Amino acid sequence: MSTTLEKRPTSEVTGVHRRRVAGLGALSVVLLVAGAVSLAVGARGLSLAEVWQGLFPEPGSDQRLTEIALIVQTVRVPRTVLAIVAGVALGVSGALIQGYTRNPIADTGLLGVNSGASFAVVSVILLFGLANPYQYVWFAFLGAAAAGAVVFGLASIGRGAGSPLTLALAGQGVAVFLAAMTTAVALSDQASLNALRFWNAGTVAGVGFDVIRPVAAFVVAGLLLALTTLPAINLLNLGDDVARGLGVNITRTRTVGIVAITLLAGATTAACGPIAFLGLMVAHVARYLTGPDYRWLVPCAGLLGAVILLVCDIVGRVVTRPGELQAGVVVAVVGAPFFAALVWRGKFKTV
Amino acid sequence: MNETAVKRPVTPGVRLGHASFVWRPWMVLVTLLLAAAAFLVFCLSIGTGDFPIGLPQVIATLFGQGERVDEFVIMDLRLPRALAGLVVGIALGVSGAITQSIARNPLASPDVLGITGGASAVAVFLVTVSGGAAAAIVDSVGLSAAALAGGLGTGLLVYFLAWRRGIDGLRLILIGISVSAVTEAITIWLLVTADIRDVARAQAWLVGSLDDRSWGEVWVALWCALALMAVVSCVAFQLRPLHFGDEVAAGLGVRYSMVRAVLLLCAVLLAGVAVSAAGPVPFVALVAPQVAMRLSRYPTPPLVASGLVGALLLIGADLVARTALPVSLPVGVVTAAIGGPFLVYLLVRANLKK
Repeated sequence: MSTTLEKRPTSEVTGVHRRRVAGLGALSVVLLVAGAVSLAVGARGLSLAEVWQGLFPEPGSDQRLTEIALIVQTVRVPRTVLAIVAGVALGVSGALIQGYTRNPIADTGLLGVNSGASFAVVSVILLFGLANPYQYVWFAFLGAAAAGAVVFGLASIGRGAGSPLTLALAGQGVAVFLAAMTTAVALSDQASLNALRFWNAGTVAGVGFDVIRPVAAFVVAGLLLALTTLPAINLLNLGDDVARGLGVNITRTRTVGIVAITLLAGATTAACGPIAFLGLMVAHVARYLTGPDYRWLVPCAGLLGAVILLVCDIVGRVVTRPGELQAGVVVAVVGAPFFAALVWRGKFKTV
Repeated sequence: MNETAVKRPVTPGVRLGHASFVWRPWMVLVTLLLAAAAFLVFCLSIGTGDFPIGLPQVIATLFGQGERVDEFVIMDLRLPRALAGLVVGIALGVSGAITQSIARNPLASPDVLGITGGASAVAVFLVTVSGGAAAAIVDSVGLSAAALAGGLGTGLLVYFLAWRRGIDGLRLILIGISVSAVTEAITIWLLVTADIRDVARAQAWLVGSLDDRSWGEVWVALWCALALMAVVSCVAFQLRPLHFGDEVAAGLGVRYSMVRAVLLLCAVLLAGVAVSAAGPVPFVALVAPQVAMRLSRYPTPPLVASGLVGALLLIGADLVARTALPVSLPVGVVTAAIGGPFLVYLLVRANLKK
C-alpha cells in the first residue's frame, strides 16, 4: 500500500469530522440566541435585562417587575421550553424513521402516531365531552402510542418481519384509516370538529409545566433509546443481510427504534398537536450537512428541529399582531420554500 | 462462461407485426377477473337504492333493452353517480400507478404532487371566505371547476419548480411534499379562522363524495379521462424500462425525459379530473396500485389493473356508504376504511407466506 492511499482518507475524515463538530457548535449557539429572543418577543416586547429580572426577580421589587416576572415565568418560559423539547423530538424521530424505513419521503406521520392522537382526541371529546387540552393530552398520547404499536405489530407479523417497505405501507394504511375515522366523528359532532381544527394546526403555546414535565420525560426516554441504536442504523442501511452478517440483531434494533420514535413523536403530538413536515425537512437538511452517518445525523437533526420550531414560533408571534399564527402553520409556510430551494440547489441523496 | 447457466425466459413472447409483448397468463387472468368484478359492482351499485332493480334488468337496461321505468331510474338517476365512481376510481388508480412507477417509491401518490392540496386550499378558501368575489366565482364557475384549476395550477407549479435540466424522481417528490405542506397549512389556517358552519361544509368537501352528480359533470370527467387514457396507453409501454434507471432506459431506446414528462402530466391531469368530479377522495391512488401489484404478482404497478382496483374500491365504497351504514358518510371515509385494512391484510399475508 502506498502512503498516498493511506494519507488521503485520513485527512478527508478529519476534515469531515471538523465540519460536523463546527456545525453542531454553530447550531447550539443559534439555539441559545433563538431561545433568548423567544423569551423577549411577544404581545409585550421585553428587553433582555427585563427578561433576566423576570427570570430571577429580586425580593421586594415593584409592581411592574412582578408583572414581567409573571409573563416570563408562566408564558414565555414554558412556551420556549416546549418548542425546544418538541423540536428536538420531531427532528430526531424524523431522521430515525427515514433511517428505519430507508425511505426518503418517510415522515413521523407514517407510523400513525399523529392520526392515532387526533382520533383519540375527537373520540374523548365526543364520548366524555372533554373541552380542556389538559384533560385530553393523555388520551392523545395513548392514541399515538396505540397506533404506533399497531402499525409496528402488523408490519412485524410473519417472516421478513418489519421490512422497511412493509413498515412504510402498513403505516400509511393504518394512518389513513384512522384519519378517515377521525373525519367521520368530526363530521357527525360539531364540538369535536371545532376542537379538531385547532388541535390540527399544531402549536407550542398555552401549555404549562404540569404538561411539559411528563412530556419531556417521555422525550428524554425516547432520546436515550434512540442513541443506543444509532450505530446499528448505519449497518441496517447496508441492507438486512449485510447487517445480520455483521452481527446486528435486526428485530431487536428495529423494535427499540420504533419504540423510540413512538415515544418521541407521540409525546410531542400529545402536547402540541400534529406538526407536519418538520421531521421530514429536518432529516434531509441534516443529511445534507453531516452526510449519511446516523451518529452525527441524528443529533444534528435534533438541534436543527429545535432551532426551526423555535424560530417559526417566534415568527408566528410577530407577523400577525395582535393575533398569532400557530407554529405548525408557520413551519410549512416558512420552512417549505426554504426546503424547496435547498432541494433544487443541493444534491439530496436517497437514504 | 457456462452455457447451461444461461436460462431461457420462462414466459414466452408474442409478436404481432411490429409490436411484441410477453405473455403473462396470470396477469391477464387477474385483469379479466378485476374487470368482471368492477362491472358486477357497477351494476349492483346501479340496482341498489330506494327503488331496487334486479341485476339482470340492470344489465338489460344498460344495453338498451330494459323497461321504461327502469330506464328512467337507471339512466337519469343512478347511472351518473355510478359512472362518476367508475371514472374517478380508474383515474386515481392509473394516476397513482404512474407516479409510483416514476418516483420508484410506493408512497408517491398524486396527493404528494400537490394536486389534492392545491384543490383543497382553493375550495376551502371559496367556502370559508364568503361574499364578494369568492361568492361570484362559486356561482359562475362552480366549486369543482375552481378546485380543478387550483389543483392543476399547484401540480404544474411543482413540476416547474422541480425542473432542473430534466426531472428527477426524488427532487420532484420532495418539492411536491413542500408545496403540499404550504397548501395544507393554508387550508388549516383558513379552517382555524373561519366560522364553524363554513368549516363543516368545507370539511365535507375535503373528504370527497359522489353525491348529486349530474350528467353534465360526468360527461366532462368521462371525456377528459378517456382522452388522457388514450395518451397514456400510447406511451405507457416505455414506462417499464424507466425502472432500471435513466442510463439503462436510454440504452433501450427510451427518450426518458419526454416519456416521464408526458406521463407525469397525464397523471396530474387525471388526478385533477378525479378531484373535480368527487373531491379529494383520499387513499385510492396510493392503495390501488399496491393492491393491483400484489394481486397480479408483478414487480411494478400495472396500469390497467390499478385502474380497475381503483374503480372497484371507489364504487364498492360508495355502495357501502349508501347501504350498509346507519349514518350517511362521504365515500372518502369508506375508501380509507376498506382500502387501509385490505392493504395491511395483503402485506401481512405476503409476509406470512415468505
